[in-house]
Amino acid sequence: MIEKTVAELYGALNSGEISSVELTQAYLDRINRYNETLNAFITVSDESALSKAKQADALRAKGDSSPLLGIPLAHKDIFCTEGVKTTCGSKILHNFISPYDATVVTRFNDAGAVMLGKTNMDEFAMGSSNETSYFGPVRNPWDTERVPGGSSGGSAAAVAADLCAMATGTDTGGSIRQPAAFCGVTGFKPSYGRISRWGMIAFASSLDQAGPICKSAEDAALMLNAMAGLDTKDSTSADVDVEDYTAGLDNSLEGLRIGLPRQHFAEGLSADVEQAVRDALRVYEKLGAELVDIDLPNNHLSVSAYYVVAPAEASANLSRFDGVRYGYRCEDPVDLEDMYKRTRSEGFGEEVKRRIMVGTYALSAGFYDAYYRKAQKIRRLIKNDFDAAFKDVDIIIGPTSPHTAFKLGAKTDPVAMYLEDIYTIAVNLAGLPGMSVPVGLADGLPVGMHMVASDFAEAKLLNVAHQFQKNTDWHRQRATAFTEGQ
Amino acid sequence: MAFDKSEVEKVAQLARLHMSESDVDEVAARITDILALIDQMQSVDTESVEPLAHPLDMTQRLRPDVATEPNRRDELQQLAPETEDGLFLVPKVIE
Repeated sequence: MIEKTVAELYGALNSGEISSVELTQAYLDRINRYNETLNAFITVSDESALSKAKQADALRAKGDSSPLLGIPLAHKDIFCTEGVKTTCGSKILHNFISPYDATVVTRFNDAGAVMLGKTNMDEFAMGSSNETSYFGPVRNPWDTERVPGGSSGGSAAAVAADLCAMATGTDTGGSIRQPAAFCGVTGFKPSYGRISRWGMIAFASSLDQAGPICKSAEDAALMLNAMAGLDTKDSTSADVDVEDYTAGLDNSLEGLRIGLPRQHFAEGLSADVEQAVRDALRVYEKLGAELVDIDLPNNHLSVSAYYVVAPAEASANLSRFDGVRYGYRCEDPVDLEDMYKRTRSEGFGEEVKRRIMVGTYALSAGFYDAYYRKAQKIRRLIKNDFDAAFKDVDIIIGPTSPHTAFKLGAKTDPVAMYLEDIYTIAVNLAGLPGMSVPVGLADGLPVGMHMVASDFAEAKLLNVAHQFQKNTDWHRQRATAFTEGQ
Repeated sequence: MAFDKSEVEKVAQLARLHMSESDVDEVAARITDILALIDQMQSVDTESVEPLAHPLDMTQRLRPDVATEPNRRDELQQLAPETEDGLFLVPKVIE
């Protein structure tokens, strides 16, 4: 039962095959058994989960059949949850209990979903391997010597090992899509502004976007139905109509034009990843799609521009952590300056401090035009590349990551780690919807296929992914070490 | 461009980060590498390109100027390391 998709669990709950309490207990048992190995959860909220599950069962008995009612989920520990610790993977928030729920959390609560706990992540979502977490790295269920990807690595590992039915993530440069690829699950980053950022601890405010990490495109659609929509508490939340994202899942792909960026099938891409993606493209050809080579000529500048924009915005956002109002404060400060400096230096990890330094430098007097303004101009060029491409094609497809999951500790050079996101980062700069779906295994490790659509074309993206999953079973594959008890 | 020791100290001061003597060289080397990556941007002429600050190219929404949030001071101050009579306490600033 625990390996089933949300859509299937819905059927099982409605038919009375299983209750939400039983299902919730089954996941809690698995967390209890496997979390020591995987370190996917920072906090497990078992009591409140069981009580919420009980409520869901009572509502269902009264005839409520909401799609997510009684479905157990995990939230990335970047979403504020009232009464349950929210750490953002950092020492500086190790004891922070939010006085309110993030809008995403409220929406899942209102939909009747059952929160099992909070998942591990790179500190302040800054990382591509989950190794920057104050609470230790998450391990990849497919090979526990390897990273799950990051920054939403805990959510991806939890879904992959069936420790929950679905999870939330956030994606600033690839943080939903890359861990989804490494862990063999489905990860979806909606258009910028599609989902409220309120109560989601800010990293880079013009790039951050929440999204689903789950077991199928259909599940992503069901989750997006609950998550998407205008929120007046977030001034950047988009005032764009929300569709029923499940409605178009079965649309035909006959005549679909798929763009393959030459820059994403070039040097640096490992042969086995390329093969898996090319095999998936053949499935689309059989479904009537046409493959077209396209160019994204400024893609190679996306990582450079990102490492100005994201650190600059982060340095401003993270100035709120000063040891005055919440979170960690250093011992025995001698004066105010000492308190600020030691609180922040002891509270933040190395990667976070590095990015604050880069961002502060980029925004400092005399450098603004050369860095931040220049990066914004590159950002325009990158967006223009996508706009031009979407005049000719409906969807863009390539690999999510140049290779499969790497070993823990294998990448110690920050720049090498930054280049991990070479295929995903441009999508955040342009604000487009993107997703990763599993398309194969290379040496026993999952390969992710990256798909991008134009602004607010979430429904199209989900339709294209769902048709692939209807005709293949890569999204059903599981890491054998964690399949016991299914 | 090399990011030297004095630059590390200057930026750390701006960011209110304490940098121990033993870390400065390492931090300077790492940031020099990152700036080399960033400087690839300079290879493109962007003279006539309009900067993109935000993917939605939106303007700020306005709302009626009325209070919408309740006062939750006591609750919020429970999160603070040190408070007194509704105030946040910090080390003495004025002698």
